[in-house]
Amino acid sequence: MTTPALKLDNIAKIFGGLRAIDGVSFEVAPRQIFGLIGPNGAGKTTAFNCISGVYTPEQGTISFFGQSIAGRPPSQIAALGIARTFQNIRLFGDMTVLENVMVAGHATISFGPLAAMFRLRKQAEEQERLATRAYELLRIFELDSLAGEFSKSLPYGSQRKLEIARALMLNPKLLLLDEPAAGMNSREADSLKNQIRWLRDTFDLTIVLVEHNMQVVMNVCEQVHCVDHGQTIASGEPLHVQNHPAVRTAYLGADVDESTLRQS
Amino acid sequence: MSTFLQQLVNGLSVGSIYALIALGYTMVYGTLGLINFAHGEVFMIGCYIGLYAAFWLGYETLSAASFSPMSATLVLLLAMAGAAIVGMLIERFAYRPLRGAPRLAPLITAIGVSLLLQNIAVLAFSANPRSFPSIITEHRLEFAGVTITNIKIFIFAVSILLMLALEFFVKKTWTGRAMRAISVNLPAAKLMGVPADRVISLTFAIGSALAAAGGILFGLDQTKLEPLMGNMIGLKAFIAAVLGGIGNIRGAAIGGLLIGIAELMTAGYISSDYRDAITFVILIVILLVRPQGLLGVVRQEKV
Amino acid sequence: MIWTYRTAVSIALIAALFVINWALDAFVIEYVVRIILQCGINAILAVGLNLINGTTGQFSLGHAGFMAVGAYATAFAVIHLESGLGFSASNIPAPWMQGLLLSVGLLFGALFAGLAGLLVGAPSLRLRGDYLAIVTLGFAEIIRLIFTNTEALGGATGYSGGRPLGLPVYTNFFWVFLWAILLITLIGNFTFSSYGRALRAIREDEIATEALGINTTRMKVLASVISAAAVGVAGGLFAHLMGTIRPDDFKMDRSVAMIVMILIGGLGSVSGAIIGAIFVAVTLEAMRDIQQYRLLAYSLLLIGLMIARPQGLLGSRELRLPAFLRRKRGGAA
Repeated sequence: MTTPALKLDNIAKIFGGLRAIDGVSFEVAPRQIFGLIGPNGAGKTTAFNCISGVYTPEQGTISFFGQSIAGRPPSQIAALGIARTFQNIRLFGDMTVLENVMVAGHATISFGPLAAMFRLRKQAEEQERLATRAYELLRIFELDSLAGEFSKSLPYGSQRKLEIARALMLNPKLLLLDEPAAGMNSREADSLKNQIRWLRDTFDLTIVLVEHNMQVVMNVCEQVHCVDHGQTIASGEPLHVQNHPAVRTAYLGADVDESTLRQS
Repeated sequence: MSTFLQQLVNGLSVGSIYALIALGYTMVYGTLGLINFAHGEVFMIGCYIGLYAAFWLGYETLSAASFSPMSATLVLLLAMAGAAIVGMLIERFAYRPLRGAPRLAPLITAIGVSLLLQNIAVLAFSANPRSFPSIITEHRLEFAGVTITNIKIFIFAVSILLMLALEFFVKKTWTGRAMRAISVNLPAAKLMGVPADRVISLTFAIGSALAAAGGILFGLDQTKLEPLMGNMIGLKAFIAAVLGGIGNIRGAAIGGLLIGIAELMTAGYISSDYRDAITFVILIVILLVRPQGLLGVVRQEKV
Repeated sequence: MIWTYRTAVSIALIAALFVINWALDAFVIEYVVRIILQCGINAILAVGLNLINGTTGQFSLGHAGFMAVGAYATAFAVIHLESGLGFSASNIPAPWMQGLLLSVGLLFGALFAGLAGLLVGAPSLRLRGDYLAIVTLGFAEIIRLIFTNTEALGGATGYSGGRPLGLPVYTNFFWVFLWAILLITLIGNFTFSSYGRALRAIREDEIATEALGINTTRMKVLASVISAAAVGVAGGLFAHLMGTIRPDDFKMDRSVAMIVMILIGGLGSVSGAIIGAIFVAVTLEAMRDIQQYRLLAYSLLLIGLMIARPQGLLGSRELRLPAFLRRKRGGAA
């Protein structure tokens, strides 16, 4: 069996007395598209924050291609090849679209602060490299014509795309998408499904997404993991999870008839 | 041992003045998330108002001994009322226009207001130190080698009384509840019909009045006042608020007393040259070790 | 290629500075020269402070402390170098030697101020916004109290190297502007490099920056060290302009004056910082006769500016050179 790209083992994160996640375990195979679902407040984003290093879990281990990462600072985790987007889009609003992407290449530059101050040749070459790569990514996401705009002036959909382009500048092996379909209408959500698959194929990625839009999750994810109140309630193939009684209860309350669920 | 007790007594008296000023910092920070840099100057102005009030009430013509307790109380009340008005004016004209602005804008404005008040005070009261009228006659009491004056007892008693009154006000009255609601969530409080502007204005008024009370007590204790005195004392009171956990009223009281004691102990056992430094050392240590302060709670940023 | 171009520019610049220095000495009254020197020193202060307060968005209220460290370290080094080399009141160093001594002293000033920037920045830059402002203010006060209580450095009365006439006055136009141009160029280059971009990203959103593999703490401390070192050089130039330095020269209002400079120019703009620095130096002199209203005017300016234009007059925009003076930079920056 191959090493999983990402493995969470019995992770717990506690805020005050609240166990935001409590004993969650799952494995994501390389090049898999993996969905993490659950009602609001279930602990999905907390899990993301543990993986990306924003939080240090109180218990359990997280490994990335066999390497333990729990408790490392976010910058180290990102440098290892885990990139993420944020639920509430965190772009650098007062910087241009191009700069937003270029800055994500900073961790890879090979010149020191003194070379920057004296503007040595090396820094010009590196600058060129970052700009070229950033333009490539912008072109792929059809944002190159907006390269000089401030990112805060972009429409919502373009901001989401830019955030993904910025994450890809890190050359990640694993991409964490936090509610990529949030705020999208059904047509946009539809095309998002294809985009996610296309991302995986083009950039050779493993993708974990947190998502509320069940259409997207059921359609695009190969494995789904459902949490509620910080605990795993179901895990497996999308259809299996969708039909799991505990999942239905979690999402819709105790008494639900079939028809309501189908519509969702 | 007697040094220790003596410094403890002096520390409690200075500390209770810090505590009174710290309450204003903590209340404003609690409601607006703003370090009101000008608060130290409000304390200074309160002190000057007290000075002029005492003269107006005939301090010069009467001998110090015959200045009645009634008049002394009036001096205190006039200073508190005057400072309350100053505080409300500052809030209305300097801070309110910036509500919702990026966080550093109000901080810089507050520094500007602080400088402004200092310089107005220099022009209005002159830069020369003045001596505060001794509206209460000092009596010395000796206990086991420790000197306590009636003024120190008075300072401590008035501070505790005012702090208890504030505690009651914030916990038991509708307005106090509104203040706490605003400190938890300003937009939500507004939506629930809390008249936020009025309550915030009142917060400034109360904080400023307490600072003025601190100013009068300080005047009684130190007898010397000057336009720039608010700077250092204000800073120390702010540090007291941070030490106790900013936004927390009991924390401000405890922080003030601790800072006062730490200062006087440093002066007594190390050197009075380092009396000021110890406060800043405490600030740095507390911010690095427990930034939320002794009684504060951690607020984690949502990601 | 780049290097020959740079050498040519540098030689032309040094020659120009030399000529202007001579002309100022010969034709311009000392009063005006002093204002011009103050402009240069302020420009270093403003550009240095702007790196951390403007570009990185980490609001320090304690740069007067770094200026003090730079001033004392420079003066101490110059005094001891001089006596070590056998110079004395009867054996004054030649003008070029004076400049050299000053410059070596300034390197010490930069080194110690940079070290102070590291010691202050490393623990405190974890804090945000107003907490950082307060803790840096606290550090600056501690630095001032240390100088006040160090008798070897003159204590509260100030340091003049044990000389009746005070510190040697070596600061002149040539050296102020040589150092100013050097430091502004270095900090400018840094600001417009990938490092500067990372610093601006930190200002915009620290959590997102960290998630891009950038060690934000290390970047902030780096900015703090560079900023403190530059401000330290300005302190050294100040010391050898004034002839004596007292701990009270470096109180909070000194930090506030620096903040006024960068606010006038616009937070985050290098060229704006320079404009603000000149504005402050000139208005300060213009208001000399109405001294008691000077700080009053400043405070009103500060409040008015914040209410009307909290991002400063220029915002974070840069004034650009006319196209024919600009050289093409690598990439699309």
